[in-house]
Amino acid sequence: MEQPKILGIPIGPHATAEEPLPRVPHVYNDRSMGWVTQRICGIVEGPTPLWWWLALAFFGSIALIGTGCIVYLISTGVGVWGLNHPVGWAWDITNFVFWIGIGHAGTLISAVLFLTRQKWRTSINRASEAMTLFAVICAGIFPGIHVGRVWMVWFLAPIPNSNAIWPNFRSPLLWDVFAVSTYFTVSVIFWYMGLIPDLATLRDRASNKLARYAYGFLALGWRGGNRQWRHYEMAYLLLAALSTPLVLSVHSVVSFDFATSVIPGWHTTIFPPYFVAGAIFGGFAMVLTLMLPARAIYGLHDLITDRHIDVMCKIILLTGSIVGYAYCMEFFTAAYSGNPYEQWVFLRNRMADPFIFSKIFDVPVAPYWWAYWAMMSLNVISPQIFWMRWARHNIYVVYAVCMCVNAGMWFERFVIIVTSLHRDFLPSSWGMFHPTWVDIWTFAGTHGIFVSLFLLFIRFLPMIAIAEVKGVLPEADPHYQPPEKKSHPAHEAEVPV
Amino acid sequence: MNAATTQRIHGIGARFGSAAELYQAAIKTREKGFCRWDVHSPYPIHGMDDAMGLKMSGLGKIVFFGGLTGTLTAVGLQFIPSSFLYPLIVQGKPTNLFTIPAFFPIIFELTILFSAFTSIFGMLILNGLPRWNHPVFNWDAFSQFSDDGFFLIIEATDPKFSEDGSAEFLREAGGKDITLIHDD
Repeated sequence: MEQPKILGIPIGPHATAEEPLPRVPHVYNDRSMGWVTQRICGIVEGPTPLWWWLALAFFGSIALIGTGCIVYLISTGVGVWGLNHPVGWAWDITNFVFWIGIGHAGTLISAVLFLTRQKWRTSINRASEAMTLFAVICAGIFPGIHVGRVWMVWFLAPIPNSNAIWPNFRSPLLWDVFAVSTYFTVSVIFWYMGLIPDLATLRDRASNKLARYAYGFLALGWRGGNRQWRHYEMAYLLLAALSTPLVLSVHSVVSFDFATSVIPGWHTTIFPPYFVAGAIFGGFAMVLTLMLPARAIYGLHDLITDRHIDVMCKIILLTGSIVGYAYCMEFFTAAYSGNPYEQWVFLRNRMADPFIFSKIFDVPVAPYWWAYWAMMSLNVISPQIFWMRWARHNIYVVYAVCMCVNAGMWFERFVIIVTSLHRDFLPSSWGMFHPTWVDIWTFAGTHGIFVSLFLLFIRFLPMIAIAEVKGVLPEADPHYQPPEKKSHPAHEAEVPV
Repeated sequence: MNAATTQRIHGIGARFGSAAELYQAAIKTREKGFCRWDVHSPYPIHGMDDAMGLKMSGLGKIVFFGGLTGTLTAVGLQFIPSSFLYPLIVQGKPTNLFTIPAFFPIIFELTILFSAFTSIFGMLILNGLPRWNHPVFNWDAFSQFSDDGFFLIIEATDPKFSEDGSAEFLREAGGKDITLIHDD
């Protein structure tokens, strides 16, 4: 059969009715179950590598500096941040939304992709769920400390205060408390339940007494009987079904913090889906940011394959484009509404750059034009390179785009929060926001906490779901017939050994 | 075999070479009429519930009631203070039928939270977990179950169990390393 061509360029490889293309395997190089166990458990059981100590020392130090800043903030007051009037919320809430957004990819991978039977999720779900937990921990710090007098945080709890007044259950800020704490709790449950069979694996392989006791304690006596798996699988399915609406609700509720207010630029009905898409977008970028180095260091190329990266890049492209659509739609809504305050925020606070838009619309340059256009180019334009297959298969390009997205998603929250606030309804109170060193180091400190926790995770727990990966191997099927050895040249070329 | 006469027997176990072999053995074991037995594998084998003749897990029904408890908790938690203990009128909006939507997020979150707790604790209780030890771990080879081993264990409490007959049956079903497992 002749090679099909588009505009004279041959495209291939192609399938015919007689010889369909083989499915791309979930694990490359026909790895056995024993190999999967050994490779993943070997990371935990082997000696601690030097780079791990150096990385932990570095990020742990940053985490300590951040903790010191938090202590300084609590002992002195929120004035040590650059907050002012009218910018009463700035980096604190930006960082909160940034981290909680990153925390969405883990549950999306573990729950939504489970319900949609995306079996490739098995090699990345464990680390993504761990990343979710650590990101939510970092997120939880900011609303806790931004209240100023942290010893009054109990006002958020649904209990009456000393005047017998209860919290306002119709406040989005209280919804936030419930949504984020539920999300964290359910994510921990989901993550831990997935860990039980793998902790049993570590327990059964443990060579020293301490490890056997520790992993044995955490494995809860798991025996892998099918009478256990039956309930286990049902519980996993139920948790996936519960987490799917939960993950959509959490960032929706976070967006309600803004959408239910009357601030132009915040008061927008498009916020919930736009925030959720942005969260998935930023979360996947962070998953790749962490997994690509881990894959390279530990040689996990057969488990986290080119295909995984390819598929995640496509999700980044999709969600990035949804986010881009939302940015444009927000702007259109402001223009079409005829509301001068909305139009002011979008054009004169954000969009009017010194080169094009301030000239087209004949308006002064927006003070935060650089933040708006950083957000636009990093979030919307940079992922468009993933339309091209070579870009999705070049890990340097992938890593560069993920870094762009990480930065871009932080800018998105900064743009939403600060540019909407910094020019109040009263022009006399207009002002800019300038971060102090405490702002900067608190934010850096949460990165230190995040990476330190992730380093501890990959050292002590299996970073890939061993039992689940075994379940997607070809021989896991009870009707599997060992074939005569065959392979497809199209795949062999891509498989790093 | 001398030890077996003094120690209580938990059951008899056999090792199988693959998921496919274990699956066929499970079908034979069910057809033979055993009722207290289990297969142990490193991952859940698709279709094994049918091969063993197990019904769908009843966990879903339990979780439904867990979720319902969450819903009712949230309704009570919000409406008892807001309507009775300290009626709070925010932005001119009292608590009545028309302001219910503003109470939905917390109702939703607590429903999910209680359901999730019921899922994991229900799963553990139905599985008889956590427990410190189990007789099957007395079989040294059994620890391979979490690596790449496939095991079938028939318990001694099964009415059809007999030391020689069950061993013979497992051998015919293709089992290897057939071993008596003692209780302690």
